[in-house]
Amino acid sequence: MGVQKTALYDLHKSLGAKFVPFAGYEMPIQYKEGIVKEHISTRTHAGFFDVSHMGQFFLEGDETLVEALEKIIPSDLKSLKVNHSKYSFLLNDSGGIIDDLIVTKTNKGFCIILNAACKENDIKHISKFLGKNHKYFLNNDLSLIALQGPKSVEILEKLIPGVSELKFMSGNNFSYESESLYITRSGYTGEDGFEISISNKKVENLIDFLMKNGVKPIGLGARDTLRLEAGLCLYGHDLNEKINPVEANLKWAIAKKRKEVGGFNGWSKIKDLLTNGSEKIRVGIKPEGKVIARENTKIFSSNGGEEIGFVTSGTFGPSVNRPVAMGYIKSEFSKIGTTIHLEVRGKKYEGKVSELPFYKKSYVK
Amino acid sequence: MSEKKFSKKHEWVSLDGDIATVGITKHATEMLGDIVFVEVPEAGKSIQKDGQAAVVESTKAASDVYSPISGEVTEGNKAIADDPGSVNGDPEGASWFFKLKIKNKGELESLMSKDEYDKFCKENPN
Repeated sequence: MGVQKTALYDLHKSLGAKFVPFAGYEMPIQYKEGIVKEHISTRTHAGFFDVSHMGQFFLEGDETLVEALEKIIPSDLKSLKVNHSKYSFLLNDSGGIIDDLIVTKTNKGFCIILNAACKENDIKHISKFLGKNHKYFLNNDLSLIALQGPKSVEILEKLIPGVSELKFMSGNNFSYESESLYITRSGYTGEDGFEISISNKKVENLIDFLMKNGVKPIGLGARDTLRLEAGLCLYGHDLNEKINPVEANLKWAIAKKRKEVGGFNGWSKIKDLLTNGSEKIRVGIKPEGKVIARENTKIFSSNGGEEIGFVTSGTFGPSVNRPVAMGYIKSEFSKIGTTIHLEVRGKKYEGKVSELPFYKKSYVK
Repeated sequence: MSEKKFSKKHEWVSLDGDIATVGITKHATEMLGDIVFVEVPEAGKSIQKDGQAAVVESTKAASDVYSPISGEVTEGNKAIADDPGSVNGDPEGASWFFKLKIKNKGELESLMSKDEYDKFCKENPN
């Protein structure tokens, strides 16, 4: 299979994007202004992200579909109302995270947004649990645009009246240029914003409008610094099949009812960890000074120098104006404020276990 | 100060007597993007030609800075370690990385002139 491009590839090129291969796609990592300016303009104004490489996976079926999906997704899908969304995961037999995702209840079933690098494998996994009366398809005719930042609502409301009434983690159908599009109030930056599912044919018109209203294009580089400041996980780095939701410090995303009753993949393992705690856990890390502790940086205890963990994401956070990181650490060292040592280029630097997020969010609830 | 000479690893060097000043080129900063961390060598450190001498990190990645010439470090530029972003502003001027007391001027001969370097960058855009 060759390298894939999104419907906006030519537009990105005309905007001076630098491309990188990402999950089989040629994606913009940054535009002319660079990562820091893109990051700041998202936090202070609004930015758009082409995330059309992500899978928009639709499932249709009766209540047996809900039962099938609840075996692999630990959300309370039975109680999920139409147009409401939940952050959740696909779990394997041992409770490991195959992918993290957003699932939205639709009139006919569900829409699940899958990570680009995982989508083919996810669909294979999901389909194993489905029955003959369940329909499923990945819609490649749709683009997905994230509009993020404090001005998002005011700008999008001008084009599509009614979006301002959406609450965080809910969505609806809207009409635009005589087409129906689906918009949710959600995102991956720690800012208020929307994710807009729109046909590949109309997506350039939408971007045109956004840019005329001062919305800047934002690449994967700033997407990464924004999500890390917001304490959000990146699959393949902070999460993988060998990590379960308890270790990932994401047990909040398992529905209360499901925690009690179970009935999903890896339940016995997860139940045990919920009761007894896990050996390691994901934490935020603030390295001292300006040193950046990147992925795979080893973490040591400050007294005795025992190796106690490793960094899974680390960068410089432009809005918090300091280096930030996340990683897995032995649970006994996970208390906020614990001093740790980070080994960068053979030298040990001090750091502290930190609360997440590094940057406080402003979602509309 | 002598005219700047350039390396294929995107460092520049200029000479004042037997003291060489080394930095990274404008082209290098454009490739790196926003610089957020810099580590410069301490005075007294001995560095071989093409040896690792400093570190520069952008929001994207960490890169080593090599010395295009051998010598003993007389000074690392503390100002850029304190304000890494300044390297994006004036990489070939105030934001030099370190100064070296050199022994062998002849090592400069293998380096490129400004014109040769510009041509090299065009032919090797990445």
